[in-house]
Amino acid sequence: MDASVPRDDSLVTITDLTREFSSGDGFMKPRRTMRAVNDVSLDVPRGKVTGVVGESGCGKSTLARLVLRLLEATEGKVIFDGKDLATQSQSEMRKLRRQMQMVFQDPYSAIDPRYTIRRALLEPFKVQGEAKTAAEGKATVDELISMVGLSPRMMDSFPHQLSGGQKQRVGIARALALRPSFLVLDEPTASLDVSIQAQIIDLLESLKEELGLTYLFISHDLSLVRYFCDRVVVMYLGRVMEILPGAETQPRHHYAHALLDSNFEPDPTRRKIVTMLGGEIPSPFAKIPGCAFVARCPAASDICKRERPPLTRLGDGHMIACHNPMD
Amino acid sequence: MTAFAPIRTAIRSPRGGVSAAVLVLVVACALFAPLVAPYAYDIQNLPGANTEPGAAHWMGTDEFGRDLMSRIIFGARTSLSVAVTAISISVAAGLTLGAMAGYFGGWFDRAVTAVVDLTWSFPEILIALILIAIIGPGLESTMVAISIAYLAQFTRLTRAQIMALKNETYVEATTNLGAGHFHIIFRHLLPNALTPVIVAGMLATGDAIILEATLGFFGLGAQPPTPSWGAMMSSGTAQIFIAPWIIIFPGLAIAITVISINLFGDALIEALDIRNRLRSV
Repeated sequence: MDASVPRDDSLVTITDLTREFSSGDGFMKPRRTMRAVNDVSLDVPRGKVTGVVGESGCGKSTLARLVLRLLEATEGKVIFDGKDLATQSQSEMRKLRRQMQMVFQDPYSAIDPRYTIRRALLEPFKVQGEAKTAAEGKATVDELISMVGLSPRMMDSFPHQLSGGQKQRVGIARALALRPSFLVLDEPTASLDVSIQAQIIDLLESLKEELGLTYLFISHDLSLVRYFCDRVVVMYLGRVMEILPGAETQPRHHYAHALLDSNFEPDPTRRKIVTMLGGEIPSPFAKIPGCAFVARCPAASDICKRERPPLTRLGDGHMIACHNPMD
Repeated sequence: MTAFAPIRTAIRSPRGGVSAAVLVLVVACALFAPLVAPYAYDIQNLPGANTEPGAAHWMGTDEFGRDLMSRIIFGARTSLSVAVTAISISVAAGLTLGAMAGYFGGWFDRAVTAVVDLTWSFPEILIALILIAIIGPGLESTMVAISIAYLAQFTRLTRAQIMALKNETYVEATTNLGAGHFHIIFRHLLPNALTPVIVAGMLATGDAIILEATLGFFGLGAQPPTPSWGAMMSSGTAQIFIAPWIIIFPGLAIAITVISINLFGDALIEALDIRNRLRSV
């Protein structure tokens, strides 16, 4: 538990969250289960940007979907604004979804190809049972579309007539339509050109200030996470390795260190020797009794193989799951 | 972009244009049969039986002296209405079953897939014959038999489309807006899955005309005196050496209609650019 942040200050509280996926039917093929998210506890403080980083397959997208209950958790709880998501009925959940929205990684398929931008932006209200007259609808769409910096002339375009960046702006406008307080950003810039990425991040930043939003920002782009996030959560194989309270905090977990160290430095004179990780990522199906990182860790000792390190406080919101942290 | 744009493109292509013209003619004959046909289809004239095609009877008369051209024109009604009704029922049922199976998965999907694969492994004609053997011959049972015979095709096609579409990001995005299954299926998945199923339905209508004619040929379809192209050909077999036109003209009517449907369907597939989506069955 992150005790450094008072609990009433967190919008989302995640406790011991686990999600298992299984493959094989247990008849012709042996049934195997993997834990995409393994016993994750996390607070998302109000009005802040919490970043989640990790390599592909570390469970960050699964975590995003669990937080919004787009997937059901195998174990553990997600408390959103004091409400346990798992116990909400269908209609309560529908109401709650007004508060929590998501921006998706792939803007190219995030809008139904048969929908015009206008129809896509009015769909949130339709789904929520909020009838709008034609004039109200037009005013709403106008407002949303200019909020994300698009021209109202695009209202009657189809998604295929828009560029990737424009589509992502529509995706953001759609997510903001219901005036949520919490936005999950699942790699919102990963499929965009670099020049467009900066624009989208700028937009997200100003929208956050303007609307007082809380972000959970999922990314594998470390420089982006360090620039954009107030807190950084480092995940590996479904587990939280380290929580950094600020972008400037030096990581002390060997994995977090290697991960942040691998950030490419464009200036050759400032390049330093990068610690390369040896070993292999274990199969996600493997049952690991100790630390998930033990096979690749330079400081692995006996206890790391036997016992899973608990997430412990280092003070000032800095938390780490490591038996032998770096100095 | 309107729904009619691909149809217009299809009509502009040579084979699409010719086949569309023939189809319009056939449908018009069926619709306005009493106005178009020179004689009534059921007036017998035994002395004038087996008359050769000539000025009075352009396609000759059959073994009861009935005007063959009038019977073919009225027969278009039977053939088209049976085929179109049967395929419409089949498409509607296939869309529903396929969408539910593809979307919800689980035991329902396994049950539907098992039954559908079982019927899929037999030719349509065999399934239709078995069904008619159970429910008895007639126009209605022909429709039921044809619609069930083609059900597997549309269910499989819809299911495959829905399975591919349900993983699109916009489905998840809409779920996250608070949309229920009903909204997802009817506002997003089915509209996107519809085009290939409709075109497959159109192509199947051609096959259904042949199937209806086959059942009619065996005397299992429309009962006399209702004219049906298949039944007319069947009665023509007895006269094949004295009055070959009795079997030739209904056969030509079937061939021309079915070829036109296939050509137009093909042009439409080209215009819609969905050939590979139809192949996924």
